[in-house]
Amino acid sequence: MPINEVKPATGGFSFDNYARNTMLNDKGFKAPGVIKTGTTICGCLWKGGLVLGADTRATEGPIVADKNCEKIHYLAPNMYCCGAGTAADCDATTGLISSKLELHRLHTGRQSRVVTAMTMLEQMLFKYQGHIGCALVLGGVDINGPQLYTIAPHGSTDKLPYVTMGSGSLAAMAIFESRWKKDMELEDAMELVKDAISAGIFNDLGSGSNVDLCVITKDGVDYRRGYDRPNERVQKERSYKLKPGASTVLTSSFRKYVEVLDGDAMDTS
Amino acid sequence: MEPATRTQNPVVTGTSVLGIKYKDGIMLAADTLASYGSLARFRDVERLIKVGNTTIIGASGDISDFQYITHLLEKILIKESNTEDGHQLYARHIHEYLGRLMYGRRSKHNPLWNSMVVGGIRDGEGGTFLGFVDLQGTTYEAPTIATGYGAYIAQPILRKAVEGREDTLTEEEAEKVLEDCMRVLFYRDARSINKIQIAKVNASGISISDPRFLDTEWAFAEGIRGYGATD
Repeated sequence: MPINEVKPATGGFSFDNYARNTMLNDKGFKAPGVIKTGTTICGCLWKGGLVLGADTRATEGPIVADKNCEKIHYLAPNMYCCGAGTAADCDATTGLISSKLELHRLHTGRQSRVVTAMTMLEQMLFKYQGHIGCALVLGGVDINGPQLYTIAPHGSTDKLPYVTMGSGSLAAMAIFESRWKKDMELEDAMELVKDAISAGIFNDLGSGSNVDLCVITKDGVDYRRGYDRPNERVQKERSYKLKPGASTVLTSSFRKYVEVLDGDAMDTS
Repeated sequence: MEPATRTQNPVVTGTSVLGIKYKDGIMLAADTLASYGSLARFRDVERLIKVGNTTIIGASGDISDFQYITHLLEKILIKESNTEDGHQLYARHIHEYLGRLMYGRRSKHNPLWNSMVVGGIRDGEGGTFLGFVDLQGTTYEAPTIATGYGAYIAQPILRKAVEGREDTLTEEEAEKVLEDCMRVLFYRDARSINKIQIAKVNASGISISDPRFLDTEWAFAEGIRGYGATD
């Protein structure tokens, strides 16, 4: 390839439309708002593996956009990732890394390692300098045992025995700090994660609805969608279904809306 | 012409104050730190005070403003005592006074930069009182109150432990839950220390404990090495 055709590798976002977008904003055209997940997500290690937890509320400013969204994303058969921040970014980023991991597994012939997913995620988020709004709690079990990481939007990582992220993270962390112990039993760990997410659901306005849980051990994954449902809608007091005949029919016309052909009956055998 | 504003920035500050109702009365907790920005400047400050024989107040925010409020409270206690009409100021009245004081100052764009927890004997007819007043003049009553970071970190724990059980929570349980919350705050609030005071108001009167230390656990991540990268 001639030397003057070689271009340096580009990465990250293209800001070519920035001038145009600013001009449109000034002229009164507002871009649609970002859907954020508000969110309480958390994870903790127990004797036999780890438990991930998340609430199910997605917000668009002060509005609840989705009352029951899924924030625990599949990455690999032995790894799941909770996502807080911009919903689209979390979905797209975890989806991309999940694909990359599957290709990697086909290439290596081995089970994916948690640090591999973590490295892929952190390097991508750093490349985009925080513009991709994902705050992730990554948990999985591999040849090196159960591992739990947080990955922040700018690409920094922490490896810890218990972590929380999202607007409800302080409420959830308060529960963890008062009750987490090393080598807990499964029931205690599930109860602890459920209580931590519940603290976020009831004390943080950006979180709400149900608790989703995901237990990961070396033997597999137990994904519990709707593990706790403390906010179910009460039964409506009356049925609002209209009885047939509630609306009086004044005239009805059929023939003028269809093409009437005289001919043989349709063969329906 | 622009209205005159003297809205300040707090200088020497105290962090969270917690308050709960329990079976026998009211309990407040606070640490004994007065920070100078990120410097732990004064490590033995008493942020919980007694007002008369009926009320205790804890303050977070600017310490000089709190010292001024303390002075004003002393003055109204003396004034009330001088009227010699058989009445005394109870928690509800102190709370009302502070609410008016704080709102008046905010309306002049010159706030006293504090968030306070007021607790004690409700009024001459008895009962308990637990309320909140802040630099904007916002006031409310609740079975659990927390200022500063306590609102985000301690309040979920307090609500779970206390709400619905204010009449059955024992003194030991109340002290334990406040201690647990102060410990979590020490772990997670970067402007706190592990030296705390607990004040209570019950039938036998007011008692504010001497400052005492909190035990903490730091070996939680002993087995972990690095942060996931190349170690």
